[in-house]
Amino acid sequence: MSDSKLGFTPNEMMTIAASRALKNNDVCFVGIGAPSAACNVARLTHAPDITLIYESGTIGTAPNVLPLSIGDGELCDTAVTTVSVPEMFRYWLQGGRISIGFLGAAQLDKFGNINTTVIGDYLHPKTRLPGGGGAPEIATSSKEIYITMAQSKRGMVETIDFYTSFGHGEGGDHRKRLGIETAGPTLLITDLAIWKPDPVTKEFTVVSLHPGVSRAEVQATCGWTVKFTDALEETPAPTALELKTLRDLQARTKAAHAATGKEKAA
Amino acid sequence: MVKFLPLSEAVAWNLNDGDTVAFEGFTHLIPTAAAHEAIRQGFRELTLIRMTPDLIYDQMIGMGMARKIVFSYLGNPGVGLLRRARDAIENGFPRLIEVEEHSHAGMANAYEAGAAGLPCAVFRGYRGAGLAAVNPNIKTVSCPFTGEVLAAVPAIRPDVTFIHAQKADRKGNVLVEGIIGIQKEAVLAAKRAVVTVEEVVDNFDELHPNLTVLPSWTISAISVVPGGSHPSYTHGYYIRDNAAYLEWDEIAADREKFRAWMQKNVMERTADDFAARVEHLRIAA
Repeated sequence: MSDSKLGFTPNEMMTIAASRALKNNDVCFVGIGAPSAACNVARLTHAPDITLIYESGTIGTAPNVLPLSIGDGELCDTAVTTVSVPEMFRYWLQGGRISIGFLGAAQLDKFGNINTTVIGDYLHPKTRLPGGGGAPEIATSSKEIYITMAQSKRGMVETIDFYTSFGHGEGGDHRKRLGIETAGPTLLITDLAIWKPDPVTKEFTVVSLHPGVSRAEVQATCGWTVKFTDALEETPAPTALELKTLRDLQARTKAAHAATGKEKAA
Repeated sequence: MVKFLPLSEAVAWNLNDGDTVAFEGFTHLIPTAAAHEAIRQGFRELTLIRMTPDLIYDQMIGMGMARKIVFSYLGNPGVGLLRRARDAIENGFPRLIEVEEHSHAGMANAYEAGAAGLPCAVFRGYRGAGLAAVNPNIKTVSCPFTGEVLAAVPAIRPDVTFIHAQKADRKGNVLVEGIIGIQKEAVLAAKRAVVTVEEVVDNFDELHPNLTVLPSWTISAISVVPGGSHPSYTHGYYIRDNAAYLEWDEIAADREKFRAWMQKNVMERTADDFAARVEHLRIAA
């Protein structure tokens, strides 16, 4: 897969494919990193009225540059309103106001369970990761969950080390059995493909390959045996507008984040 | 009643070895100057509570001040991991620390319960989450009306809470605005509260009536420390020093480099040094 031949990178394809999944009337709880880029590309292209919410309490925010953290001042400056953190989690998330929770993942299994807590044993971890933050309740209180991450064998594993946030558990009706009434993960967008859960087993299944990507490439960067749908599609390539929007956003972001350091050195 | 004090005195009078202490701030308004003063005064055996521990708890843990840490996100926001905290948890360096881990919803509810004078918080949370199996302070209760099984966590009641805020008036009332995080709850949940502010103004007569103002009688001490939240930011005063957060990743990665940085930038400095650190970040009037 040659980037120069296609005119876009796998990461750009991932962000743009993720942005397309969002609708103009969505109320989206935005995770930092890849989800944040996708949500803002959606807002700047086909979904200008989307409500973006970051867990710092900013509701209806429209940042001109991507925030480095979930609490950058840019988010508050451009928000419709900013509420306290307990209000955010109680009224807005637990209260059922969020249509899409958009999460990234350090470790993911085929049922959409996510680990961002530890690699290894919890009490004696090999690597202590940051932990869940808002994710455990985002995963169960949002009406649906979208996940986006770049594929790797370390990241997409048969068994995760810790259930930071619950997806479909062991699959099937596991959510229902735990009293969780929301839909859980309904979409996974990687740098190579679009995945949706099987309606019965809830195992993520590839429904669309990004342009130039083969089945073998998807399998080679995934730790479980990948299932492909019979009616496999090809993801439409990014449009010129989508690419320009994403690249401009990233250029503005880079300039803004470098600025504080530059002035300090001067 | 609230006292206006130099930060060194405000910290010395309100913090003790062995205290349960919260230095709160949700990315915004992080009380860095107060944390650095506590580091200089060398407190020991602290239980550190914070939703998003970030740099100041990385520093306090790296200096061996913490016995236990209670948190919901142990990261350098937007950058990655906290390397001093990792070294303590993974390798016991400079000492082993006890870990009590929650989700944001769990901690936010627990602070709110503390402010509300309740023994515990009840909410819909931790369903299917691994934390419920490893944290004995996460339990369940059944709703007496519907039978729904809900999560319960004990209220957070710190001995002392430190926050940073925009301004105080001469009577000692404090204004917090922008991303207000969990600061109001953390102050009202605590036995004592210390606030650093950017400035003191004559009065709050012109403020919008619904802004977050903590009345003077909810606060033990106020210290005026311009720039006191750097490298975090103070809405309306200066912006977040994102480059400093990126730099911290490198400093904290190495034990010797960390020690040298702490000696030069914390131990040999005072609260008065913060103003100069935000000069290039100030928002043009």
